[in-house]
Amino acid sequence: MKKILLTFTFAALANGAAAGDWTGFRGPLGNGVSDEVGLPVALNAKKHISWRIDLPGRGLSSPLVVGNRVFVTASAGTRQDQLQIICINAADGSVIWQRQFWAMGSTMCHNKTSIAAPTPVTDGRLLFAIFSSNDLFCLDLDGNLQWLRGMTLDYPNARNSLGMASSLVLAGGVLVAQVENDSESFTAGLDKQTGVNLWRADRPKSANWTTATVQKIGSGAEMLLLQSGKGIHAVNPKSGELAWHYADGASTIPSSALAGGVLYVPSHGLTALELADDGRSFKQKWRSSRLRPGTASPLVHRDRVYSLNNAGVLTCGDTDSGKRLWQLRLDGPFGGSPVVADNHLYAFNEEGKAQVVDLSAPEGRIAGEMDLGEMIQCSPAVSNGALYVRSNGRIWKIARKTQL
Amino acid sequence: MLGLAPLGQAAADEFDKSVAALRAVGGEGQGNTAAGQALQRLAKGGADTLPALLAGMDGANLFAANYLRGAVEVIAGNTLAKGGELPLVELGEFLLNRSHDAKSRALAFELIARVDAEAAEQLIPGFLGDPSVDLRREAVARLLGQADGLAKVGNKPAAVLLYRQALDAARDLDQIKSISGALRELGRKVNLTRHFGFLVDWQMAGPFHNKDRAGFESVFGPEKNAELSASYDGMDGKVKWQGYSTDDEYGMVDFNKPYGDLKEVTGYAQTEFVSGINRPAELRLGCKNAWKIWLNGELVFGRDEYHRGMRIDQYKLPVQLKKGGNAILIKACQNEQVEDWTVQWQFQLRVCDATGTAIHSATKKNREVAAQ
Repeated sequence: MKKILLTFTFAALANGAAAGDWTGFRGPLGNGVSDEVGLPVALNAKKHISWRIDLPGRGLSSPLVVGNRVFVTASAGTRQDQLQIICINAADGSVIWQRQFWAMGSTMCHNKTSIAAPTPVTDGRLLFAIFSSNDLFCLDLDGNLQWLRGMTLDYPNARNSLGMASSLVLAGGVLVAQVENDSESFTAGLDKQTGVNLWRADRPKSANWTTATVQKIGSGAEMLLLQSGKGIHAVNPKSGELAWHYADGASTIPSSALAGGVLYVPSHGLTALELADDGRSFKQKWRSSRLRPGTASPLVHRDRVYSLNNAGVLTCGDTDSGKRLWQLRLDGPFGGSPVVADNHLYAFNEEGKAQVVDLSAPEGRIAGEMDLGEMIQCSPAVSNGALYVRSNGRIWKIARKTQL
Repeated sequence: MLGLAPLGQAAADEFDKSVAALRAVGGEGQGNTAAGQALQRLAKGGADTLPALLAGMDGANLFAANYLRGAVEVIAGNTLAKGGELPLVELGEFLLNRSHDAKSRALAFELIARVDAEAAEQLIPGFLGDPSVDLRREAVARLLGQADGLAKVGNKPAAVLLYRQALDAARDLDQIKSISGALRELGRKVNLTRHFGFLVDWQMAGPFHNKDRAGFESVFGPEKNAELSASYDGMDGKVKWQGYSTDDEYGMVDFNKPYGDLKEVTGYAQTEFVSGINRPAELRLGCKNAWKIWLNGELVFGRDEYHRGMRIDQYKLPVQLKKGGNAILIKACQNEQVEDWTVQWQFQLRVCDATGTAIHSATKKNREVAAQ
C-alpha cells in the first residue's frame, strides 16, 4: 500500500525507478523519509516477519528495492575479498541471482564495519554497487555485469585502513563516488553507462564516511552537496565545478538531510542552511548544539527535525527555529540511521532491537518494539508496505500480514 | 585460441576476440564499453565454455579477471537454473593444473563444490602446498580438524606431526594462530617469526621532525645517504645509525623503544636482505603511521595515513630482488595526536612470495631457527 505524493513521484520517476522503490542510501530522496503508509507499528515477530533469509556474506549496507526485487551487497571469505551482490524476490525471499567478484582494493577495515558498508544506488534500470575496497560494479537488474572500476588500482593511495563507507549517489544523471580518505582523497563523477570519469575533484585529505545529498534546483537541474570535515561543498554534478562552500566544518560520520530547500548539516550540533533555489548560494538559518546527532543521520519530517545521539536519545526540534521540543530515550546505541514512514520513526539499534516511535504523540511515544537478536547497523529500506533490514548474516522483510 | 575448437573456427575466433576485449581493459574504465559488449556475447555461451573462460584469466589483470568472472557466474547460474550440468571433469582438470591462475582455479573449485560436494571434498587433501591461498586453506583446515581429533583422543605424537604439517602449509593468520596454539599446548615450540619471515635486525636513525606532518614529504639525511657510518642533523642534534633487534614474535619494530614516546617525529630503519637469486618477491608491511619504503635506493611506495589501524600484511608491495644484498630503508612518521591509541610508532616487515610463503635472507642469523 502506498500513498503517492507529487514530491516523491517527480524525483523517483525522473530516472527510471518507480514510486515505491527504495533506490539508494536513505531512500529515493536520500533523507530517510518514505511516503509508505500501513507499515506495522506494534511489531510482533510472529505476525510481522514475512521472511528472513541467510546472507552468504557480511555487510551493513542498506537493501534497495526495485519493484519486486530486493538488492543487497555483502562480502565473504577469509580476507573478505569476495564481493557479493544478491538479488532477492521481495515476495518470498528466494534468491533470484547472486554475483561474486574479487576485491581489487584493500579489504582491511575495523572489525565493527564491513567491506560491504556503502549502500548501492539504482536508477531503476542499472544497479551500481561500491565496496569499501573502492571497487565499483554496474549490473543490470538481471545481474549482467555492464562495467566495473577498481579505484584503488587506479589511485593506489585511495584507501582507509578503518574502511570506507560513503554511499553512491546519482545526481544530474551522473554517478558520484566519494573516495575520501587521509591520503589520495577525491570525489569522482562517472558516466553511468561506461564508468569512465567525467570529472575527478580533489577532496579534503581526511577520512570521511558521509554520503552526499542532492538538491533539485529551480531550473530542474540538480546540485551535489558534498559533506566533509571542511563543511559542505555544493558542486555541479555534471562538471565537478564548485558553486558554493559552507566552510564552518561538518561531521565525517552522520550525513546531512535535505527537506523543503533547507539542508540540516551535522555541524556544531545541527546547522540549518537555507539553500537558494538557483543552487548558487546558501544562508544559515539556525544552529543548535542540542540537536547534535551521533552516528545516525538526522531526519526531517513535516515541520520537525529529529536526531539520535550516541546515548540513544531521540531529540525533536522545530525546523523553523531549531528549538528543541522534546526528547525521548530509546535503547541504543544506533549505528544505522532511522527512517520515517506514516508519521512513525523506525530505529534499529546495534543489538537488533527495533523501536517504533509514534511522532504524532506530543512528546513522541514508543509504539512498538521487536528484537531481531542480531547486530543491525544498516538504515532500513521501506517499500511497498514493508521494511527491509539486514544484519551481518541475514535480511528480514517486515510487513503486515496483508502485505505478505 | 583458448581451446574451443569444437565450436568451429568462426565461433572460436569470436570467443577469442571477446576474451581479448576483456583482457584489454585498463585503468580508469578504459576499454569498459568494448568489454561490456564482449561480456554480453560471452555470457550467452554454454557451460562448455567455462574452462576456456577460466583460462582467459591466466596472466590477466584484475579488471579482466572480474569481467571474466562475470561471464562465468552468469553461465553457471543460468545452466544450473535450467537444470543443466557443469562440465565437472574439465573443470577438475583445469583446477588440477597448477600452471593456471590461482584465482581462476579457486573459482573452478567453487563451481565443482556447488554441484558435487563429494567430489570437491575428495580434492581437498591435494591442496596442501597449493599456490592458491584459498585452496591451500581448505587443506589446512582439513588437517587441523584431523589433528584436533587426534589430540582429543590423546594421540599426542600423531597430533603434533599433523599440526606441524598444517603449520608448514598454513598462510592465513587465523589458522597459524590456531595451529601454533595447539602445538604449544602440547608442549612444542613454534617459531612464528621465522614462519612469517619477519625481519628482526635493523639499524635505526632518528628522531627527525614531523611538525605539522611535514616530515613525510621532507627529505632527511638517510634518504640522501644511508651509509651506516653517516651522521645527520636530527631534531635534537646529531643523529647516527644504531643497531636494533626486535624479540617480538610478529617482528614489531618499535621506534618508541630507543627514542621514547615522542610525538611529531620521523624515524628511519634499514636492513640488508640477501637473496640467493634474482627473483620477484613481495615486501609485506604492517604500519599505522605514515611511511615510505625504498628497495636498493628506489622508492617502492609511501602512504601518509595515521592511526587508522594496523595488521600483518596490511600492504603487499611487489618488488624484484637482486642476487646478493638488497638494501631496505623504511621511514615512519609519528603525528601529533595524543589519544592512547595513537602512541604506536612502529612497523613490521617481511619478505615473501605471492602466496605469503616466507623468503629468508641467505645470511639470516641463526637465532630464527625453525620450530624445534
